[in-house]
Amino acid sequence: MSRKEKSIVIEPTTGSKIFNIEELVRYKDLLYYMVLRDVTVLYKQTILGFTWAVITPLFQIIIFSVVFGYLAGIKPDVAGMPYPVFSSLAVIPWTYFSNSVSASGSSLINTSSIFTKVYFPRIIIPLTPIFSKFVDFLISIIILIGIMVYFKYLPGTNVVFVLIPLLIIIITASGMGFWLSALAVQYRDFKFAMTFMIPLLMYIAPVTFPATLVLEKFGSTLYHAYALYPMVGAVEGFRTAFAVGKEMPWDIITISFLSSLIIFFTGIWYFRKMEKYFADVA
Amino acid sequence: MDNSLAIKVDNLSKVYKIGLKEQKQETLVGSIIDSIKKPIKNFRRISRVRQSEIQQENADQFWALKNVSFELSKGEVLGVIGKNGAGKSTLLKLLSRITYPSTGRIESMGKIASLLEVGTGFNPELTGRENIFLNGTILGLSKKEIDERFSEIVKFSGIEKFIETPVKRYSSGMKVRLAFAVAAHLEPDILIIDEVLAVGDAEFQRKCIGKMQEISDGTGRTVLFVSHNMAAVKALCTRGIVLKGGEKVFDGSQNAAINYYQAHLDNAANLDYIDDISKAPGNENVRIVNFSIKPLDGDIISIKSGVRFEVLLYNFVLGANLDITYELRNSEEIIVFHTGNYITTTNNSRKGFYRIASEIPSHLLNSGLYFFSIIVGQNQKTALFKGRDMVSFEVIHEASENHTRELPGVISPILSFNTIYQGE
Repeated sequence: MSRKEKSIVIEPTTGSKIFNIEELVRYKDLLYYMVLRDVTVLYKQTILGFTWAVITPLFQIIIFSVVFGYLAGIKPDVAGMPYPVFSSLAVIPWTYFSNSVSASGSSLINTSSIFTKVYFPRIIIPLTPIFSKFVDFLISIIILIGIMVYFKYLPGTNVVFVLIPLLIIIITASGMGFWLSALAVQYRDFKFAMTFMIPLLMYIAPVTFPATLVLEKFGSTLYHAYALYPMVGAVEGFRTAFAVGKEMPWDIITISFLSSLIIFFTGIWYFRKMEKYFADVA
Repeated sequence: MDNSLAIKVDNLSKVYKIGLKEQKQETLVGSIIDSIKKPIKNFRRISRVRQSEIQQENADQFWALKNVSFELSKGEVLGVIGKNGAGKSTLLKLLSRITYPSTGRIESMGKIASLLEVGTGFNPELTGRENIFLNGTILGLSKKEIDERFSEIVKFSGIEKFIETPVKRYSSGMKVRLAFAVAAHLEPDILIIDEVLAVGDAEFQRKCIGKMQEISDGTGRTVLFVSHNMAAVKALCTRGIVLKGGEKVFDGSQNAAINYYQAHLDNAANLDYIDDISKAPGNENVRIVNFSIKPLDGDIISIKSGVRFEVLLYNFVLGANLDITYELRNSEEIIVFHTGNYITTTNNSRKGFYRIASEIPSHLLNSGLYFFSIIVGQNQKTALFKGRDMVSFEVIHEASENHTRELPGVISPILSFNTIYQGE
């Protein structure tokens, strides 16, 4: 045989290695087709198609602008930024985060008919929604552009930093996806818990209010502790990147980034530790 | 590992925890307390599924596979046979890395592809083309490899016209053909197959068997094949192992394995109470001590082997005319024959053993499952004992030049034909 042969050993303890990069590279095409399947299937047989990726966040932005911006009178911490712009700069990345976490969290439960029949690196399953929801995210950028054009708000030069908060979102969503999918396939309780926990997570993230509000009310120690919640640095960082005349909050971005790495690597560790039981419990 | 080996299985076991009957509370207070305790209990129960330590002789443990060892050389085609629940599927799942062993070790050399089910991951909304790529990558192919084989896969499936149609509009037969076409082009070093041949129409099945023979011949591909279809095992495999209750009970040539299976496991093909006559089926008049079914020729019961059947009975009735009637039915409850014979003719039956043997000639019974019932009678009037479905056996189809596939019909005779041209 021309192929370089390598023996595979299956033992009760196999699968504890943290990351099998070589194997993931070999299965990269599978990830690609799983993502492609998610993207093409999602809006099939709908009338509005990809418009749905726009409608959901748009309605949220409108409601937030009325309830929090107009009725509750929350003021953006950036001079000259209208509340709808402020709100959309948080709702858009948040929507990507919450969609990918909930899809990733339930991914193993939904694909049990596949992974109980064929072997492939299981980690591809919770990773798929992180990529497929990114397509929705890119589409929803249209709203952002639309709102900014409507309110004539031009982003500043900090916009080049937008990739850093985006990276925090991807890392956090993947890490939480690893944790939740591995837990939910064993304990279905997590499936129910996710449906109400993820929306609640939004209210403690600086989506409807500026993170500096926490700094004002609770002081700098608690403000930095608050950033341990990765979506604090991610959402605030994403929004500030578009703001004119406001420094990037590097302190909370750093804290959030480190915290997201902890979630990510513990997530991989737990997922890899449990994956050999998935076929038995699913 | 030795270089000529493809798979080495060493003392492999898989233990599942099974749920024991839960205690039910009968009082209201009891069930309230129970519902509070329930989450803790549930947590323990679910967590136990993955406990790796194994306690011997635990009531809630089920050994799906117990200390199985074997080695498979490169190019060997191994048939794994056994009844439902013998551990065949568990073995395949372990070999294909879907689930992990409780103890023991598997070492394998080369790329493994397992087909525990065809069409895994098929999405009804996607087109045939998209599903070929999705299914192919799930089975471990790269995009490049699928690109290279794409036209061949489509041609093999025979659904060129519908390749851009969503799979949900396919008939179930078309779906299976497309799925098998992908599977047949995996070209792994080790192929693991679970009864996928049980699908599709006869013509497509023949194509699949042909393709699999092509896979195993010459190219040095190692195949592990699990099936209830003895004919397929016989045709495709070079070696067979028999599993029973999670343990390997036989390992040898495929014919010997089929023979072992038919003789020892297959629906209790043999009834044997020679060690304890008092437990043998029967009554105070007569007991059937032994009833065995064997091939007349060779070691496998097939259409051409013929069948020898032999009854050993113990008679308690003195001075009577005994007779025995055999009724053979097939799995469709059709009576194939009903025939009798005298055991004694001159009112001289004695206490003791009588052995009655007979034969069904070759090329009479078609392939399938058969059930023997017997009636032992006295003076052709009174039945002393009736035993329904006492033993059963399977006649397998062996491929030959003029019979490549199984044919319908209750009997399968060889007839001689005489053809004369009669002019216009």
